[in-house]
Amino acid sequence: MENFVTGILINGLLIGTLYAIIALGYTMVYGVLQLINFAHSEVFLTGGVVAFEIFRVLSPAPGAEPGTGMNPYLVFAVALVTAIVVCGALNIVIERLAYRPLRNAPKLVPLISAIGVSLILQDVIKLLEGFQGRFQLAVNVPGAFTRTVFTVADTNVKGIDLTLLIVAAVMLFGLNRLVNHSRVGRAIRAVAQDRVTAGLMGIDSNRMISLTFLIGGALGGVGGVLFALKFPNLDPYSGTIPGIKAFSAAVLGGIGSIPGAVLGGLVLGIIENFLGSLSGLVFIFPKLAFLGAIKAEYKDVGAFIALIVILIFKPSGLLGRNATEKV
Amino acid sequence: MKKLGLSTLTLGALSLGVLALGSANAATVIKIASMSPLTGSSSDLGLQIRNATELAIRDNKSAFTALGFDLQFVAYDDQADPTTGTANARRIAADNSILAMVGTLNSGVVIPSSEVLAPSHVAIVSPANTNPKVTDRGLANMNRICARDDSQGPAGADYLVSTLKAKRVYVLNDKTPYGQGLADAAEAFMKTKSATIVASEGTEEKSDFSSIIGKIKASKADAIYFGGLYGQVGPFSKQLREAGVSIPVMGGDGYDSPDLLSLAGAGAKDIYFTTVAPPLTAVPAARVLSSRYNAAYKKPLAGFGIMGYDSAKVVISGVLSAIKANGNKLPTRTQVETAIRGTKLSAGLLTGAIDFNSVGDRTSAKMYIIQVKNSAAGKLDFSTAGTVTVKSSKQ
Repeated sequence: MENFVTGILINGLLIGTLYAIIALGYTMVYGVLQLINFAHSEVFLTGGVVAFEIFRVLSPAPGAEPGTGMNPYLVFAVALVTAIVVCGALNIVIERLAYRPLRNAPKLVPLISAIGVSLILQDVIKLLEGFQGRFQLAVNVPGAFTRTVFTVADTNVKGIDLTLLIVAAVMLFGLNRLVNHSRVGRAIRAVAQDRVTAGLMGIDSNRMISLTFLIGGALGGVGGVLFALKFPNLDPYSGTIPGIKAFSAAVLGGIGSIPGAVLGGLVLGIIENFLGSLSGLVFIFPKLAFLGAIKAEYKDVGAFIALIVILIFKPSGLLGRNATEKV
Repeated sequence: MKKLGLSTLTLGALSLGVLALGSANAATVIKIASMSPLTGSSSDLGLQIRNATELAIRDNKSAFTALGFDLQFVAYDDQADPTTGTANARRIAADNSILAMVGTLNSGVVIPSSEVLAPSHVAIVSPANTNPKVTDRGLANMNRICARDDSQGPAGADYLVSTLKAKRVYVLNDKTPYGQGLADAAEAFMKTKSATIVASEGTEEKSDFSSIIGKIKASKADAIYFGGLYGQVGPFSKQLREAGVSIPVMGGDGYDSPDLLSLAGAGAKDIYFTTVAPPLTAVPAARVLSSRYNAAYKKPLAGFGIMGYDSAKVVISGVLSAIKANGNKLPTRTQVETAIRGTKLSAGLLTGAIDFNSVGDRTSAKMYIIQVKNSAAGKLDFSTAGTVTVKSSKQ
């Protein structure tokens, strides 16, 4: 019993952390532009593909002698930096080309162009990897990350799991410093509150919006690298499902709120894992045979029912503020 | 201009006719066709069928020459496309010297093509078409020497229960008709064999299997049957093994890809699957053919080549016995069709004796069990764990 629940909590926490990192990208962009950047799931996947390429080129091949090749943590650092640069730049370009020209158009228009960008990016990834004859990308994860570091109640905690938590913690701390305790952060928050007034106060709102996309993209890139290491099989469509889940996490936590995105991600990860595992209780308590009907295939349904229930009672999300309509 | 063209054509046709007459005087031509994809993404497999048929025909030419016939081979390319296949079938039906055909690779191609060929009684012996509908339509000209799709689930389940001694099996499927069909058939079989099905569920999950794996641990299952494709089973097995579960994972031919090994990594160990295409190592009798194939086509012989060779042998022996039954004269297509359905052959075949039931299924077809295990070189690779003989349910 304890083993079973511990497994659910640990795995839920890990996937929830990933959702949280991706959700930050959605929530920050929404905060400044009230735009749901549907292309974020592909920006995130681009991070994963960057990781695939870096590990493919720099890491020793799976069959190589142990101890040869570059230090795995160094390769990981290279992958992180490359993904931050590539995804950040990609997000800026997307904003410049697909959203900025539509800034004054009705809200639905940039939404459609976001979906368009998402489809285009999927196909670009498919094209680039397809040229090299690949569709299913099996990431060459170094042994250091797949090795079990310790075992809690029959659940193996691996190198990547610890890396994931450490990187996420560092990133959240850094993001908090940047947004809440720096001049740039104050400028971003000002633009988020009221773009026109912020402009009157001498803030270059276009630059701040670009910066927000840069940060969002960089977070997505980091998320992609971590995702690629934790679930080392990607294809051009792998970003969609985690993207939708992360978006839901952002809504669950209150879209536009940074702590909300983190909380939403963790809650969604744990709920999802709990519902997916529910039928397993039958093996521990044979009397609960009816639970056997709640199979793993309902785990997504369950997660979204939870989302709907929470939004019915708290429409602005767990940590969202009620937006007052400006008149 | 038009007139000139026409007369040239007539002249050409005339001279061709003379030529044809000339060769007919020497020996009556009998053609055996092959149809498989020779271009496109599955041409690797299709070429195996074509080349093996050609080899078998070359091997048996002399038996026909002795009877005063000239045995010839003609290959058709169906591009794995039903439309191209039926167009080919019409051409085959129109060429009266073609008495029978070996093919195809894809069930989707052979189903409409066999319907086109049925009225003209061109017999087909298929090395690779596994869909139940291929023979369930009861066409007199349609036969196959491979096992049926609906025997895959039971064959895998049988191996799990009888050979691997599984008692508690966790059944999973990928929620596609293919995967769910396999898993349901396997589950039904295991229930008759006193194995406990601890759970049976479907999942479309592609990356995070932790909740399912948690349940597998809690269920104390000693084997898993997963009806699905390598793209899902690979990552699943990887995570399963990393979570410390080393029980066997069994599935169908949807696992049969080298990508399974790269996706599952070290977790591929003890994945098993069933397939109708025999691996070369499982057919010792094919060793001689393999080196001849290599010499002739500069490519290694593979499973569908072995099946193609045996299919061609069945066709050739059918035509020969039709000739003999007809007093050493050219038999009709209907006579060949009947002779092939009545095949009782064991000598010289690579995959064991062949005879057909009333609808053209092989009465005891073979299903090969492939296991992922460490090869001599210390790397994880496919190896043959055994064969399961599948008896046809019909007489």
